Amino acid sequence: MSIVETRILLRHASDPELATIDGYRSHGGYSTLEKAYDDLEPDAIVHELEESGLRGRGGAGFSMGKKVSFLPHGNQTKYLCCNADESEPGAFKDRELMQRNPHQLIEGIVIASYAAGISHAFIFIRGEYDIQADILDQAVAEAYEAGYLGKNILGSGHNLELVVHRGAGAYICGEETALLDALEGKRGNPRLKPPFPAVQGLYGGPTLINNVETLSNVSHIVANGADWFKSFGTERSPGTKVVSISGGVRRPGNYEVELGVSLRDLIYGLAGGPLDGREVKAFYPGGSSSPVLTPAELDLPYSFEAMAEAGSMLGSGSIIVADDSVSIPHMALRTARFYHHESCGKCTPCREGTYWTVKMLERVVRGEATPMDLDIITSVQQNIIGHCLCVLGDSMAMPVSAMVNKFRNEFEEVIAHAAINGVPTTDGREAQEDGVEPGPGGVGLEVLRRERLMGRPLPESPQAAEEMPRA
Amino acid sequence: MDDFTPTEDFISPGLPVDQANTTGREPLGDPQEVPELSEVDCPDELREAIEASMALYPDHKSASIPALWAVQRTYGWCTPEGMRQAAAVMKVTPAYLESVASFYDLFRLKPSGESQVLVCTNISCWMRGGDELLDAFCEASGADRGEAGHGGAMSADGEVMISGFECLGACDLAPMASVNERYFGPLEPADAKTAINQLGRGEDVLPDKLLAARPLPGGDQESSDERLTSSKGPNR
Repeated sequence: MSIVETRILLRHASDPELATIDGYRSHGGYSTLEKAYDDLEPDAIVHELEESGLRGRGGAGFSMGKKVSFLPHGNQTKYLCCNADESEPGAFKDRELMQRNPHQLIEGIVIASYAAGISHAFIFIRGEYDIQADILDQAVAEAYEAGYLGKNILGSGHNLELVVHRGAGAYICGEETALLDALEGKRGNPRLKPPFPAVQGLYGGPTLINNVETLSNVSHIVANGADWFKSFGTERSPGTKVVSISGGVRRPGNYEVELGVSLRDLIYGLAGGPLDGREVKAFYPGGSSSPVLTPAELDLPYSFEAMAEAGSMLGSGSIIVADDSVSIPHMALRTARFYHHESCGKCTPCREGTYWTVKMLERVVRGEATPMDLDIITSVQQNIIGHCLCVLGDSMAMPVSAMVNKFRNEFEEVIAHAAINGVPTTDGREAQEDGVEPGPGGVGLEVLRRERLMGRPLPESPQAAEEMPRA
Repeated sequence: MDDFTPTEDFISPGLPVDQANTTGREPLGDPQEVPELSEVDCPDELREAIEASMALYPDHKSASIPALWAVQRTYGWCTPEGMRQAAAVMKVTPAYLESVASFYDLFRLKPSGESQVLVCTNISCWMRGGDELLDAFCEASGADRGEAGHGGAMSADGEVMISGFECLGACDLAPMASVNERYFGPLEPADAKTAINQLGRGEDVLPDKLLAARPLPGGDQESSDERLTSSKGPNR
């Protein structure tokens, strides 16, 4: 293996004692917090965070320091919400960080709250993460006991209450304004922005919302300075990133690397590459919401800017690898079904768009679609993007469009194959579940004959179908 | 205008009824009125749990999700009676709590047995056999596969709920399942029968497949990078 991990956040993470306050302290934990209260002015901390260039690790990649600086000064009640509702397919880094090192997160929350004058903080953790929530509960109790939380922390006059709030299973609550509604005890529907949460968020007060990994970085930056932090990673993506790699690789899991290492090093080096006899066919570079990339893009550096230039995104830093046994149209259907299930239903383009995209992709794998339907699928995606209160609909539209555009041949082959031979490839389940008998024939056949065979006789085998001329 | 008396057909015009929303429901009073605590017979333990949650938040309504968790812990699912009791403690309407409960996937609005098995069928697990794992759990428990893929199905003995589920955030364990809120993986189809048998006998489920027992994939590493070894922050 030519590449090694660069562990800042996951350093010593194999030590089970690290999850306890004594274990954390024995590795220098909470000394930064003590130093901050003793020696540092809140504004100096905000300045250091801004200087460090730390970008949000939850998906959007917005500057953490800028977010803090947007909060109004003054004496009104301000809130901090740590977004631990990690629900994006492919993402599981926050689970690891909270389970192995909960105090690192708490120390970050306390320092950020001190810097921004915040008195109430919440960790909104997804309900499925039951063990991790228990670990956080325990860690929070220990931090209260040690005087790092509560009234008049370390004699500074700063008060901070921290509550671990369990969600109950809804992807949409990872969206920051939906998270606020859920935390206020409502159904988790996103809000109209502006006003942005920094101005009007939880209970109508100014609210700072940050991801678990972002907040876990805070104490490291405050302890070592912005320049130290910027010595890791690239100019526009400083620091390290815990990358979740899953799918068709030998060693799936979380790896912490400097931003800017190549995707090949991540997928082939750390994760061990595809399984025996398989090749990488496509991959999501930043969770299921990111447009898929192809093996041609494996040598790109893994950074916010390089992924954006490649027409995709780094997102939450979750790589899902599809090897050559995976049918891309079926993967598109899985992806669309997830977003259809999770759409909250508030905005029409998302609610209806995800529904009809699923229906159309089901027609594709059943052989009832025509190549023209692929154009309709992409046009539906174009009409979702940017037309909703939040980006849930966009999160389906972007990867589905990318799959149809980059693997159009495969979609056409699946349609042809299904029309002639019944439901193709790896997964006939979709058709059977809906009680529809797949092929032979199918609605698409006549159109296929017209559009693609141009009057020639129907091919007899899948192989022959694959050799059909393109329209 | 004459008094209008609705016919039975008008009230229930023979439309299919959503079991999830109606099973076990008795006429319990007006869901739009805040019930009095004295009329709901709320167990002390449940009331105290909900009141403790309410005290944690600047606005007591924030406790609706914790309150529903408490109801589910007490009764095994979010029963209409339980939600009414919680509503009385929180001074909100039962309709409000039900609207919240029906939004979230983990709140169960119908009886769901002693144990719950959630099998992830999302992208990474699907690639590595998540569907086959769900098949195996259904076969081992006698649950209906079609229903299990669409919101959950009960085992033949009514003790275990099997449900296909969206991403549980453990793609490194793919294919994986959550059994009574604990994560297990990677699982073979044969593990399903073992797990169902262990649940039936009241034993620990698949101890060697538990997430908590899993090391970091990159192992225990110590770096010689001076920037890390000289760090003044945590994790020194």
